Parts: sequence; structure tokens; C-alpha cells
Amino acid sequence: MSDKSSFFAQSSSFIQRRSFLKYAGATAGTAALVLAGCKDDAPGVEPANTMVEVGSADNGVLNYAYALEQLEAAFYLRLRTGLYYTTIATAAEKQILDDLAKHEKTHVDFLKSVIPSGSIIKTLEVDFSSINFDTRQTVLMAAMTFEDLGVAAYNGAARYLTNPLTVLTLGKIVSVEARHAALIRDLLTYNSFTGSDVVTQFVPASGLPGDGTGTGLEISKTPARVIELVNPFLKDGSKLVAASLA
Amino acid sequence: MNFFEIIKQLAEVDSDVLGRLDSRRAVFSSLGTAAKRGAMAATPALLGAFFQKAYAGTSGTKVGTIAEIFKYALTLEQLEADFYKKMVDSSVFGSQSAAAQAAIRQIKKHEDAHVALLSAVLTGLGSPSTTTTTFKASAFPADWTGQLQVAQLLEDTGVRAYKGRAGDILAAGGAADANVTGVGTVNPLQAALQIHSVEARHAAHIRYMRSQTPWITGSGDLDGQEHYKGTTPESTTTQAGIDLLTVTSGKTYTTAEAAASFDEILTPAEVLDPVRAGALVG
Repeated sequence: MSDKSSFFAQSSSFIQRRSFLKYAGATAGTAALVLAGCKDDAPGVEPANTMVEVGSADNGVLNYAYALEQLEAAFYLRLRTGLYYTTIATAAEKQILDDLAKHEKTHVDFLKSVIPSGSIIKTLEVDFSSINFDTRQTVLMAAMTFEDLGVAAYNGAARYLTNPLTVLTLGKIVSVEARHAALIRDLLTYNSFTGSDVVTQFVPASGLPGDGTGTGLEISKTPARVIELVNPFLKDGSKLVAASLA
Repeated sequence: MNFFEIIKQLAEVDSDVLGRLDSRRAVFSSLGTAAKRGAMAATPALLGAFFQKAYAGTSGTKVGTIAEIFKYALTLEQLEADFYKKMVDSSVFGSQSAAAQAAIRQIKKHEDAHVALLSAVLTGLGSPSTTTTTFKASAFPADWTGQLQVAQLLEDTGVRAYKGRAGDILAAGGAADANVTGVGTVNPLQAALQIHSVEARHAAHIRYMRSQTPWITGSGDLDGQEHYKGTTPESTTTQAGIDLLTVTSGKTYTTAEAAASFDEILTPAEVLDPVRAGALVG
């Protein structure tokens, strides 16, 4: 063990867990080393020690996107073995789910190769034990959750980017996620493509264009909020933390 | 390497280079920041950042100010809002299904809201819009089928237009929260993306109403129109220099699937070209 990691290992015993993770996140490149260091020191608190820190700025947001896309891709792969897909879904629904699976896999493959090897997060292990893959309603509800969350997450994380090219690239993905979300919502409840839970509705005050209240903006979510919602679908050791995207 | 000599030479061949930056002052203040970090003014990294800023629009778009970009967005939103007003006022509207009418009314509300928001932000920035863009009456189809076709083209073009300026908004400092008079805290980049994804939801629904895939596969009945072409066509399968078709061994997706998984941009010049939205302004 190097001097550096033993220093962090000692530090971790008296720094609050939360602020410690924040500190580790501030230097994402060393986060793995830091966490490896405290693992030796405190074997009794395994889950918190093995959080996946996405990092900061552009690489942090790309890793965050990569994590969400991994989750989505794994979901569309997993649903193929459930009763909804194998016996209940119509041919059209199957085609749609197949298309979504392909799109998410493309996103995963792309992000995996575009994120610098020195800062990319690992392949995550998912936990879909809370999802019932045997009914149309439960599968489509889960798909809606993941798609809506993806859009809210991309929109909410753009503020941490510094390179216009990263904005451009992620912008190309997020509108496709929005298309997915709109369709899944329409499959569940026709015309719910922009439900009030995802888009701030406009209330007209008169017949004049633009006269009224409500922004018509998609509701975005901060990385902290998104991670709180996705971590239950990730196994211990694959749960996310984005201390620097705050 | 002399940083200022480079700028001077660049300005000789491209007189607009300084105009692409926020201001000459911003160039100097960013140099000051770099100097504080102990960096050399002319290190390749800094030059890279500088040029990235000056030429952030990767396909011919110029970096503008937040106000200029939002005015562009407002033009498109006014066009859409007026189009949907014409749809709702059309003699054929009342004979459509309740669901179809509800969908168009819902989309119209969002476009109205976007017009209101962008107008308010522009006023707050001290750069109020003085023009109102309307949809050309002679280009408005009398029949429902034709109206939905135009709706699809408008929405898909809108998605591409916002995406085409997102990088410019960042380059113009739009990733930071701004306190806009009369509106409150606005993060220009986030706000533009929050409209962008709503436009994508609209596009998806209109396409679905027309029995098309909500995403652009290239095989839809309108996917061959100019609205889906341009310098970065929707059929693109190379992203950030990575060929999606060879990125993994044993790929599991077709060319069309790879193209559909990423939406593409249009530059302002392309959007306002008469082959696209330009012919619809009246």
C-alpha cells in the first residue's frame, strides 16, 4: 500500500462518510485508490466502500450517462425472458421493445468507447428483483420510469459540462430517449406523452399566444435525485455516487 | 508561440473570429484566469479551448450570445405556435377524434408556453423580441393528413434546431445559472434542453399518430425529406469520431438502428432554408 492510500485509509476513520465521499469525488481519478485504501481499513462497512463514483465535469457526466444507459440496456435485455415479452406482447409491442433494446445497446457501446479509459466506470451489475417482468403493465411502467428518468437526468446534468462537443453528443442521445419515453407513455395511456409528471403544463390566461402561466419545460432532475432513484436497481458494489455533480 | 500573433493572423483570414467570442474582453479575462492557475498563455491546451470556443458550432453555426440564440428559438416557437393555432382554427379540426384534438391542443399549449418563456427571458436580458413570426397561410394544408405531415416536419426540425445550438449556449456561458429580471433564476442551457426534449416528445407522438416509428429510422414516409438531411443527416452513424457500426465486435444492430439511436442537428442556415422551415414563414 502506498503512502497516499494509507493516508486516505487513516483519514476515512475520522472523516464523516458523506463528506469523505464528497472529498473522494473531488479527485475522481484517485477515487478508486482511495476506496481501495479504506476497504482494507474497514472491512465491516463494505457497501459504502464500494460505491461507483462517476467523477466530475464532462467525464463525470459521460460516466453518469453511461451508467444510466447500462441500466436501460440491461432492462430491455432482461424483459425478453419475462412472460410479457414471451407470450403477452403483440408483434408491434415486441418490435418496439426490440428497437429500444438496440438503441440503448448502441448508446452503451458508444459511451464505453468515447469515455477515456483512465476515467471510465466499470460495467455495472443490475438488480431488477423488484420488477415483475410477467405483466404488460409492470414492464411498461418500469420502462416508462427508466426512459423518463433518463431524459430528466440528461437535462439536469448538462450544467456540469464544459465542452460544447459533449453537449452536442449527449443532446443527440437525449432526444431519442424522449422519443422512447413518449411512446412508452402512449402505450400505457394514450396521449400521456407529455404528462404533467414530466412536463410543466401551461395554463392559458386568454386566447393570445403565450399568455398564461406554466413554462412547458420538461421537469429535470439533479444527479443526486436521479441516483437516489436508480441505486435500488443496482447491486451493492455497483451503486452510484456523483459527489462532484452537485 | 505567441498567442496574440496567432489571433492576429487568424483575424486576417477570418475577420469575424473575435466576434465569435463573447467579446474581446472575455478573451483577455480568460487569459487572466489561466495565468492565475500558473498556465502559459499559449499552451496547446489553452489554444484548444480557445478555438473550441470560437468555433463551437461544429457544422457552420456561429457562436452567438444567449439573447441571439434565444431569439432564434423564439422564432421557431412562434412559427410552431401559429401553426397549431391554425390547426385548431381549421374547419377540419372539429371532425377529428377527441384524442387527436386533445393531443394537438396539448402540443399547442406547450408551444405557447415556450413562446411566453423565451419572450420573458429575452425581455429580462434587455433584448426584447420585436418580431412575431407567423406560419404562411398559403403553405397551410387544408386537409388533416397534410396538416399532420407538416406538424411532424416542424417538430422534428425543431428538435434538430435546438440541438444545433446547445453547444453554442454552453460556449456563450449558458451552463451557469443567471438571474433574469422578471423571470428569476434561469440556466439557459438546461432550459433549452428542457424545451428540446419536449419537442422530441411532440415529434414522437405526431409520428405515432401518423403510424410512423417515433424515432427516425430512414424508412418513414417523410424520412426522405430535406428536413432529415443536411450537413449532418439523420442517417449518420459516426458519433464523436466513433463508427457505431464497428464500435463493438459482433454488433447486434443494423445501420438503420444505429442511425435511429442518435438524433442529428441542423444549423440555423439549414433550418431557415426554404427547403425546410424557411418556406413556411409568412
